[in-house]
Parts: sequence; structure tokens; C-alpha cells
Amino acid sequence: MKTLRFNRAAAIVLRQFYLMRGSPARLLPLFVWVAIDIVLWGFITKYLNSIAAPGFNFAYTLLGAVLLWDFFGRVMLGVTTAFLEDVWSRNFINIFATPLSISEYITGLVMTSVSTSLIGLAVMMALAMLVFGLSFFVYGLMLIPFLLVLFLFGIALGVFASAVVLRLGPASEWLVWPVPALLSPFAGVFYPLSVLPSWMRTVAHFLPPSYVFEGMRTIVLGGRFSGITLLWGGCLAVLYIILAGGYFVRVYRYAARTGLLARYSAESAS
Amino acid sequence: MNKVLSVEALHKSYGAKPAVAGISFEVGRNEIVGLLGPNGAGKTTTIHMILGVLQPTTGTIRIEGRDLATDRSRALACTNFTAVYATLPGNLTVYQNLRILGMIYDVKQLSSRIEELLVQFDLKAFRNVKCGLLSSGEQTRVQLAKALLNRPHLLLLDEPTASLDPSAARDIRATIREFTVRDSVGVLWTSHNMYEVQDVCDRALFLSHGKILLEGDPKTLPREHGKISLEELFITVAREPLTLGAG
Repeated sequence: MKTLRFNRAAAIVLRQFYLMRGSPARLLPLFVWVAIDIVLWGFITKYLNSIAAPGFNFAYTLLGAVLLWDFFGRVMLGVTTAFLEDVWSRNFINIFATPLSISEYITGLVMTSVSTSLIGLAVMMALAMLVFGLSFFVYGLMLIPFLLVLFLFGIALGVFASAVVLRLGPASEWLVWPVPALLSPFAGVFYPLSVLPSWMRTVAHFLPPSYVFEGMRTIVLGGRFSGITLLWGGCLAVLYIILAGGYFVRVYRYAARTGLLARYSAESAS
Repeated sequence: MNKVLSVEALHKSYGAKPAVAGISFEVGRNEIVGLLGPNGAGKTTTIHMILGVLQPTTGTIRIEGRDLATDRSRALACTNFTAVYATLPGNLTVYQNLRILGMIYDVKQLSSRIEELLVQFDLKAFRNVKCGLLSSGEQTRVQLAKALLNRPHLLLLDEPTASLDPSAARDIRATIREFTVRDSVGVLWTSHNMYEVQDVCDRALFLSHGKILLEGDPKTLPREHGKISLEELFITVAREPLTLGAG
């Protein structure tokens, strides 16, 4: 039976730590863009609160939604950026001609994403609370499963995007960056799914974040939100992780069979 | 002979075109085997298959008796390599690169092993220098330090001295020779430097069009085939392989 060695996965994390420690250009994006988003949407909600009827705080729906969505984006990019470091430094042979297994490698990417996305989350929460008065008590304990579902789906999408880059070559990295933006209209980040046309609503039901944002709005508006509904979103996210992991393994085997892995920078498999 | 590497009927095709056409060979302990041949003969393809980054079409590879296809991690745990096309990430320091790979190879007492290798390859001064800032000769020494990090039983060296000056190349050859004997290592060594092959290899395999054309002691092979030098034999293999016959 194959055992997962924590030390090997930790080596992948250590590599990212070394890179970030020596490079502000890698460190700053962990929190600068999300901080800018919070500041921008913080002021927008302030303005909306000033012109809307008193008694409703836009911060809980809009600013909260931005924070959760940015967290999801950071989780996904945490995985793909760690993977892209190996693409950019043409490191595949050094990494894959070792005892490191695919599951250990992916675990390392996920562990990297956990640490980098938590930094972004902490900065966003601190800014939202201290500068714009967003209280997370409004969401209650449901905030934890909200974050968990988004985290799991971010991991699934990050692993899937990495597999796509492995399959299509280094030039395909541009496909990775807009993925969160492409999904956001379907996930109902800022509006209820009921405003979407029926085909978009159907797509939304296959996206775990849509359950999170529907739940968040229901709670803020004083309604009752069933944990079972969120559990369905969580199960979908877990299913996507399994599928994404399977797809990565499949692409890796294809790359090893065709020679793509050994000649990755040439972007061609014979 | 105690085998470290055993390759049987190894075949790799890209579509209908064979890159390696059913080769079989072994590498024993304390043995340095030269894998020679013109560009495109299948040397690097063979090494990639032994490293597990390229899946053979057919055939088996056993490292220390472990089948690479079914016991990959354990087979590669006692293997290491250096190749000109696999430089270590230039944005990490020498120490950082060795630390990360040492963890992946599960090297015991890693810190002291790294310090030992830094001394052995005269890299102390470059410990905290990013690999991308090193000269090609210094990078080669770092790659060799990395290749010996896990005290491998099988060492794959793809043109390890290609970017070194003659003096540095001689030192490196001596180091690898010493390591081979001291730690009972088997080495598969590719080179286009026939002087080097004669100096360091116990046995040479000549590859042409994916097949092993000749095999033997590099010091006596030229004479056995009516050639003055190994270089002349190499040129014949490259230009007129059919005149030599199999074997």
C-alpha cells in the first residue's frame, strides 16, 4: 500500500515559503489585491447605506460576499500559483524524477494554498471589521461551513486548472487567471439565484459557492437557512476534489506516456 | 555481479517511430557504464524512462530489484541524476534547493549531509547564492551535490561534465569514481567526450537508432573493431552503423 509521506509534501510548501521570503513580488499579492477589493467595496457599501432606507446594512451582503468570493479565489490561485512555479522554473524533471508521488505533490500544493489563503483571509477580515464595521457574528457559526465549502471548491478548481496547464503547456496559464471571474455570474455572489434565467440557475445548482451565497443572504435577511442545503454544496465540492485529483493523475500519466512531461517547455507531445 | 539496474526489452515509440527499440542491459555495483551514441540515438529517452518521467511502450526497468512501473517511489528513492537540461530552480539558493530535494528524498540528518556536500564540491561560498547567479561550472557542481544527496545506489549522469573546464571535469570524474567505489554505486554515464569515457567507464554501450550496437570495455573496443580510437569508433557508429554489425 502506498503511504503518503508528510515530509515530501512539506518540501513543496517549504519551496513556496523560500520563494515568498525572498520576493516581495510574490508576497504582496497574497493580501494587496484582496485588501483593495475590501476597501473599494467597503466604500461602495458605505455609500449605498447612506442613500438606502435606514435599517438595512449592505455591508453584510455586499462586503461579506466580496470577502467570501475573494477567499475562494485566493484558495484556487494558491494551488495554481504553487504549481506554476514549477512550470516557470522548468522544474518538472527535478520534481517528478524523485520518489515524490502525485498525491504527495498535490497535498503540498493544497497545504501551500491553505497557508497563503489564510493570510489573505486574515487581512480581509481585519480590514472589513476594523475599517468598515462588518461584524461576522451576523453569519453566526454558519460562517465556518461557508468558508469550508468555498475552500474545498477552490482546491478542486485549483487542481483542475493545474491539470489543464500540465496538459496544454506553459502558454495555457492565462486560462487559469479568469476562472473565478467566469464563475461569479453563475454563483450568485451579489444577487439571488432567482434573478438568473433558468439555464444559468441550472448551472448554479452545480456550483458549491451558489449554496454559500444563497445561505449568506438568507441569514442576513433574517430567514432560516437549512444546513442540509449547504451540506449538498459541501458534498458537491468534495466530489469535485475527487474528480479534479483523478483528472490530474490522468493528465500526468498522459504526459509521462507521450513525453510531454520530459519535454514540457517544448509544448508538444509526440 | 550484483545488479543495481536491470533493463529488459525496453521499447519506446512515438507513433510508428521507435526512439528506443528493445534494448536490454544491466549496471552492477561499483560499475560505471557509458551510454554512448550520436544525437538522437535514444540515450536521453532511455535515461528519462529510467527516471520515471517517460513511460516505456513495453519492457521493464528494475532498480535494486524493484519494478519501476509498480514500485516507483521506492525504486526512485535509491536513484538520483544530473542532466544539463534539468537545472535546479535559479530563483532558489544552493542551500534551499538541496534542502527541498533532501526532504523529498527523505535524507537522514539532512543539514549535516548538505554541509558535507557543500565542502565536497567546494560550494561553501555559494551556500546562500541563488543558483541562477552561478556560472555553468558552479551549477554543474551544485547539480552533482544534489545527485549525491541521498547517497544513491544508482546514479544517472547525462553529460555531467559538458560545461566544465578540463581541470574541473577531471576533479568531478575523480569524485564520482571515488563515490562509486566507496558507496558501491552503479553509474550510467552519457558523454560525447570519448577520452572521458575511456578514463572513467568500466563498460560502454553504443546506441544507434534506438538499439545497442556494441558493448564492451571502452579501452579495448576500438581495437576489437579495427579502429584506432574510441572517437573513430563513435564516428563509425554515427555514420555507418551497418558496417559494424550487431553486437
